[in-house]
Amino acid sequence: MAISETFVRIRYRWFSDRLVGEILSKSWIDNAIPTIALVATLGVMIAIIPDYLSVGNLTDLSRQVAEFGLIAMALTIVILSGGIDLSVGSMFALCVLAALVSMNVLGLPLLAALTATLATGLLCGLLNGVLVGYLRLRAFITTLVTLVIYRALYDIVFPRLASAIVGSTPDSPTWDFIGYGVVYGVPVSFLIFLAVAIVLHIVLSRLRPGWRLRAVGGARRSAYNAGINVKLTVCLAYVSSGILTAIAAFLFSARLGSTGADTGIGLEISVLTAVVLGGVSLGGGRGSVGNAVIGSILVLILTNSLIRLAMPGSVSQLLLGCVLILAVLFDAKWVKNRAKILSRVYMSPTYLKLPDRSQGAREDYFALNNRLGGVDLIGLGEVEGPEDVILDQNDHLYTGTRLGTIVRFFAPDYKHSEVFARIGGHPLGLAFDQAGDLIACVGGMGVYKVSPEGAVSKVTDETNRSLFSVIDDSRLRLPDDLDIAPDGRIFFSEATIRYEMSEWAVDALEGRGNGRLICYDPRTKTTRTILRGLIFPNGVTICRDGQSLLFAETWACRINRYWFDGPRKGQREIFIDNLPGYPDNINRGSGGTYWIALLGMRTKTFDLAMRKPGFRRRVARRVAADEWLFPNINRGCVVHASASGEILDVLWDETGENHPSITSTCEHKGQLFLGGVSNNRIGRVKLPDGDPRWTTRQDYWGAPQ
Amino acid sequence: MSEARTTPEAKSSQKLIQKIFRSQEGIVFALAVAAFLVFALLLPAFASPGNLLALVRSVSILGILALGMALVVIARGIDVSMIATMVVSVSWAFVLARSGYSFGIALLIGVSFALVVGAAIGALIAFGDVPPIFATLAAGSVIYGLGRTFFFKLEMQNVPPGNDWFLFIGQGRILGVPITIVAFGVLCLLLHFILSSTRFGWLTYAMGNNPAAARITGAPFRPIVIAQYVASSFIAYVAGLILASSASAINARLFNSTMIYDILLVVVLGGIGLNGGHGSVRNVVLGTVFVGILLNGMTIMNIDYTIQNLVKGVVLLLAIVVDSLVNPRDEQTSQQGDL
Repeated sequence: MAISETFVRIRYRWFSDRLVGEILSKSWIDNAIPTIALVATLGVMIAIIPDYLSVGNLTDLSRQVAEFGLIAMALTIVILSGGIDLSVGSMFALCVLAALVSMNVLGLPLLAALTATLATGLLCGLLNGVLVGYLRLRAFITTLVTLVIYRALYDIVFPRLASAIVGSTPDSPTWDFIGYGVVYGVPVSFLIFLAVAIVLHIVLSRLRPGWRLRAVGGARRSAYNAGINVKLTVCLAYVSSGILTAIAAFLFSARLGSTGADTGIGLEISVLTAVVLGGVSLGGGRGSVGNAVIGSILVLILTNSLIRLAMPGSVSQLLLGCVLILAVLFDAKWVKNRAKILSRVYMSPTYLKLPDRSQGAREDYFALNNRLGGVDLIGLGEVEGPEDVILDQNDHLYTGTRLGTIVRFFAPDYKHSEVFARIGGHPLGLAFDQAGDLIACVGGMGVYKVSPEGAVSKVTDETNRSLFSVIDDSRLRLPDDLDIAPDGRIFFSEATIRYEMSEWAVDALEGRGNGRLICYDPRTKTTRTILRGLIFPNGVTICRDGQSLLFAETWACRINRYWFDGPRKGQREIFIDNLPGYPDNINRGSGGTYWIALLGMRTKTFDLAMRKPGFRRRVARRVAADEWLFPNINRGCVVHASASGEILDVLWDETGENHPSITSTCEHKGQLFLGGVSNNRIGRVKLPDGDPRWTTRQDYWGAPQ
Repeated sequence: MSEARTTPEAKSSQKLIQKIFRSQEGIVFALAVAAFLVFALLLPAFASPGNLLALVRSVSILGILALGMALVVIARGIDVSMIATMVVSVSWAFVLARSGYSFGIALLIGVSFALVVGAAIGALIAFGDVPPIFATLAAGSVIYGLGRTFFFKLEMQNVPPGNDWFLFIGQGRILGVPITIVAFGVLCLLLHFILSSTRFGWLTYAMGNNPAAARITGAPFRPIVIAQYVASSFIAYVAGLILASSASAINARLFNSTMIYDILLVVVLGGIGLNGGHGSVRNVVLGTVFVGILLNGMTIMNIDYTIQNLVKGVVLLLAIVVDSLVNPRDEQTSQQGDL
């Protein structure tokens, strides 16, 4: 092996770039960048401003966060619905006025003042909501105008009552408590803010109103088609915005006890900056309360620090504007390009060296013949994608199809068929258990059981999550083949945890051990992963000792034996290595033998490409997905192997016309049935030396009762 | 059936009335005439030639700004940074002139600043895919912050002394007509020519009608977007110069006033839908005249400034409601996140 190749091997062994794509595919990545920005800003401020973490400063900051954060949440709700509310600043001013007039001028009790404040917010929000939601006005321009209108109202009323507001102070301890009170060192207003934030988070992320809101913001027309009352949802978003703003105004009034001519001016810009900076997407539908809170804290830290650094107000305006431009720019580019970047970096090939075929001593076993060239065809054009075939004790033939059904062909001529069961996903590996139930691995769904009457029930669809895996590997993405141990445990392979079933060929380009072997135990009803890091584990079959199983690793072109019980429990060894093609399902044959179906043939080009991960990555980045390398699946081949792994016989379809790409076999009464996941037919070939009475079922489970 | 039968003349006049009231332009025109008649009857000073001239003069700056806004709005954009561009570029030019530059050079630097700002905003929208409203909203804040921090400290910037020819722009008259009005008229003709007779103008309408289609058919989308915002910034600078010369000074606080809403008021009232794709200079003139009548009437009636703001806001809101009823949003071409 050349030194350069050793370097490549070590580089991809220890510095895999798989994680980049996996982290980008997580939804929390949207929040990661604002959080990092927040921590960085905080660090800088602590470094350059003395006493930044003093109690007084933090208390002050948390009170401001409470008011500012509530308004940010208000705006977040509206943006989530696909709109925008620029009138929050003026609404805030009007609500402050309402609170102070009720408390200071009219001397109303606290509850009445609160009601008046909330009612003001509600009315303002309702006007916006009706205009934008029901009259379908453009949100931006409409709230810009209501901003002017609410501001004008404030400017009309405030000067007439300014002296009355300052002239009297309300005698209410609760009012003062809300304004200045502290519980265990935490300001009361901050506690109120926290409570609102938690409730709102639950509503937005866990309850129906929140889901509807996101649906409307994410795709208005789809939401309408799904039966959501779009107009009402949008209207209510603005109403809630008004109410949250009113709460903020109430806290502000209690804290300051007065108001000025400039209350709330320019607030919409800083709140908008906070919300967008926090990661709420302006397109609607993407964002959370957490985003709003992070953004609010960030903006407040920035503006407060500038004040403490004695900068004039215009600097703060300049900085906020720049930050807003950058945040909006990033948002636009991120939303547009995230999927694009992800599709470019997710595919992460690794180094995989296959043994050289030319040095293999068993080349003569694989001499070409055309024994599959003339197979009988069953169900030509009627089945789509019969990955696995299996026969029951009455000689009926079962197979899964791409349409999500299991089809049954009736013995003896297999000319008539019926839909035996509808599952929904593409059934792949099939096996009968002792009771005669059909157990099926269903692509994208999990393992399902079909009773002899055709009733479908779920066996398992998840396993234990790995501790350090970035992507969620608890769900089963691509269960491929299964077999049932004599004690009823179901062993099944999951080919890859990184791709969906339709993308199985991309996993071939990666060549990494993305698959695993999983065991379902019916006694405890638990599912546990027993082997990880397998290279596209495919066929699984239990050996006749009842303590071990054979499983194929497709892209590694080898078959392994694994002991799950007995004295050698946990050991694993290679059963057959260096196959000329990619092994798929393995099935027991008569006389203690095994049938191995080869899905496709190795080619020198593909073998070379597997040793060049950099080449494959360039292919993935520069060429459209339908032009990528693809394993050669144009030939059909079935290998007959002995119990010790010696190759006894090989059946070829030389032209690749009648039965290419064989994914499974089933020997039954002297005949061999062939399935292929991309075929539209099932093959049947007579075995010259086959036992005319041998069936899988009798061989494994014994004679029927 | 019998009661619907009417004479042919009545029918045609009915059709005309229907036609007028079906378009927002017609409604505003009718309202403008009505407001004019009401003010003329109720306010004795209103209909005098002197007042009418003053009326048009007072709103011609608004009209000039609205021309720039109209260009951008027709292409389905919006430029809420016009006032910031106007006050900062003109103030900076005055500061430079006072600090020793010759007035001509200072004005050149001012116009370059405005053009650079316009190009930057345009690039942000064209290349950055930022919605125009956010780009210009943030840009306004940045431009004003930049100006107040680095270019000038005082809010009021007087025209540098010794430049009487400059004051003539705002205060002089040609054949008895104030130059402000003449400038508005000239700019109207110019923009009308650009919109109706140049490829740039046609593409502007195409982009407003359906941006995606304009792009696919091969319109130089990005350069045109940049050109539009450069044009609106340039118009803002011209308006700033005329404003400064008529008042002998420019006040940076205009940025915090409701002037930008007044511009939108003119554009939307005139009948240029915010959806873009339609409208012409005629609409700007109509909107300007209507807003002028409204403001002038209210000022003569001695209505408080804050209440004037309220009235303007409500009128603008009604105009937008009517606009959305007359030009409903097209679900085919309106995009997700198109606010």
